[in-house]
Amino acid sequence: MSWGVTDLTVRFGARIALDGVSLDAAEGHVTAVVGGDGAGKSTLLRALVGAVTPTSGRVRKPDVRAIGYLAPSSGIYPDLTVQENLAFAAAAYGVPLAEAESRTDGYLERTGLAAARDRLAGNLSGGMRQKLGVIRALIHLPRLVVLDEPTTGVDPVSRADLWWLLARAAAGGAAVVLATTYLDEAERSAAVLVLDAGRTLAEGTPEAIAGGTPGRITEVAERPRGDAAALSWRRGSRWRVWTPQAGPGGAGTAPDFQDAVMVAALRRQAAAAAPVGERR
Amino acid sequence: MWAMIVKEFRQLRRDRRTVAMMVALPILLLVIFGYAASFNVTSIPTTVSGPEARLVAGLLRAPFDVTSVDVSGTRAQAVTALTDGDTAAAVVTGPQGATVLLDGTQLFTAQAALRAVDEAGAHLPPGFTLQAQVLFNPGLTTSAVMVPGLAAMILLFIGTVITSLGVVRERQAGTLEQLAVMPFRPRDVFLGKIAPYFAVGAVDMILVVAVGMALFDVPFRGSILVFGLGALLFLFVALGIGVLISSVSQNQGQAIQLALMTLLPQIMLSGLIFPLTSMAAGVRWIGYLLPLTYFVEIARGVMLRATPITSLWQPFLYLAVIGAVVVTLSTLRFRRLLGAS
Repeated sequence: MSWGVTDLTVRFGARIALDGVSLDAAEGHVTAVVGGDGAGKSTLLRALVGAVTPTSGRVRKPDVRAIGYLAPSSGIYPDLTVQENLAFAAAAYGVPLAEAESRTDGYLERTGLAAARDRLAGNLSGGMRQKLGVIRALIHLPRLVVLDEPTTGVDPVSRADLWWLLARAAAGGAAVVLATTYLDEAERSAAVLVLDAGRTLAEGTPEAIAGGTPGRITEVAERPRGDAAALSWRRGSRWRVWTPQAGPGGAGTAPDFQDAVMVAALRRQAAAAAPVGERR
Repeated sequence: MWAMIVKEFRQLRRDRRTVAMMVALPILLLVIFGYAASFNVTSIPTTVSGPEARLVAGLLRAPFDVTSVDVSGTRAQAVTALTDGDTAAAVVTGPQGATVLLDGTQLFTAQAALRAVDEAGAHLPPGFTLQAQVLFNPGLTTSAVMVPGLAAMILLFIGTVITSLGVVRERQAGTLEQLAVMPFRPRDVFLGKIAPYFAVGAVDMILVVAVGMALFDVPFRGSILVFGLGALLFLFVALGIGVLISSVSQNQGQAIQLALMTLLPQIMLSGLIFPLTSMAAGVRWIGYLLPLTYFVEIARGVMLRATPITSLWQPFLYLAVIGAVVVTLSTLRFRRLLGAS
């Protein structure tokens, strides 16, 4: 079963937040929605869970009881304890008490939150709060899990815990959709949708997106000067330069997923800057 | 400091509701309360009964406003009319004179009637006497009249202000969006928000009334059941108004402002302090839209006059109608807040 959206457009007044975006989220897999600030990731996820009414397009989602959602703010009650937050969610979704307690114990133990069980959620660190938010979204074993930037601002250890939770949900048969600004995280997903200013920049598996990169990428020690500077980006201590119309031959670096996303963004910028008659 | 002043002005400019309240509300309140703030009783609804009813009715002058004349009426019927709140004064006549029975729970009305009875003595036929008797609150003590209403006002204040923060807190904590995608109906959220405060408020109501009775020696003559029913209905409405306010407010400041906006008119226009009959007709109608008006009527009636529920059906009905309106508006508002799907 596949959930998602088809040709989705969302307008807020005159502003177009999403413009003809489609997303397929297959059960048993993690799908990442990637983009910078204001790309439309949150709007897409909110439309997917029914918190935003689309202007046009189609949303395929299960019954509200089978959706688990993590809002950007983590959506937990700061004046309830960890245990009470999870008990509230479990009760809201009709999870039997014994089952809820058993799942709570398991999740808290695995994610290192067991010792914080009776602490007020408002007193948790950012990473712990995010983990609690994700557990809260999973406690009723939803078929569609939608998480808005669950790992943003989270330390590496907590990120590993969060990914364990996502992988476990997917292994249990759920379709997991997460928004992220981290390309390395998106690369771990089965499928990726890259958004830019409300439109699709790239979509597919990370490998397919990387493989479809046009032109040639070269790696240099210093940032190039002149026109090439606009087509370069830093990777670690070195720079990558994209040459759009590269002829046959010539040494290049095999583009990975992160390069592919950068190239897609540069292509979009170039197209937007070109005179109307030359745009493709 | 200049930077701080500029920043504050910029923030204030964007909070239009606060600016509007600061500028328009004082003028509006002054006009409304100016017309409402009157202790002058110019009209006292009066029934006249007994064999000399026609004679006495002809003798009565303002502020007495004779609404019925019944030559076969008895004192017991007159007392019942006062108990039921059907009239403020009931004159019972006999061959030698008449007794003006007054409802002591209507403090200013009873005081005005007493003065009028004194003045009327000079215009009576020789041998005919007119005397006054205050029922329910013979000493015309202020506390006896105020405590039942004050108990309601205190609960209204606490209930409305506290619940007015409920949804705003969800909005500011970012949990409202989470609630929106959980399997709750708008009605579930509304009732769920009210329920704990309702339970605490009910206990609070008992305490406030008990302490009021003990400290100020206020009697409780009527049915506890009728009072309790009215109190629960009133509490539900008060809390519901708070939740409704919360659902239309963007932040806690706005919620508190709106809550105070609903509380001030209730204190001034409900009949708690100023008699409704003394208010200008242009503002009196506002009082009839406010829940406190009806609970003050129920509380004073039951506690001081032992008014039975059969005579209080109107305030009960109006409270229920206000409650239904509040629930409907809140549910619609929650539907908008929670549901795009």
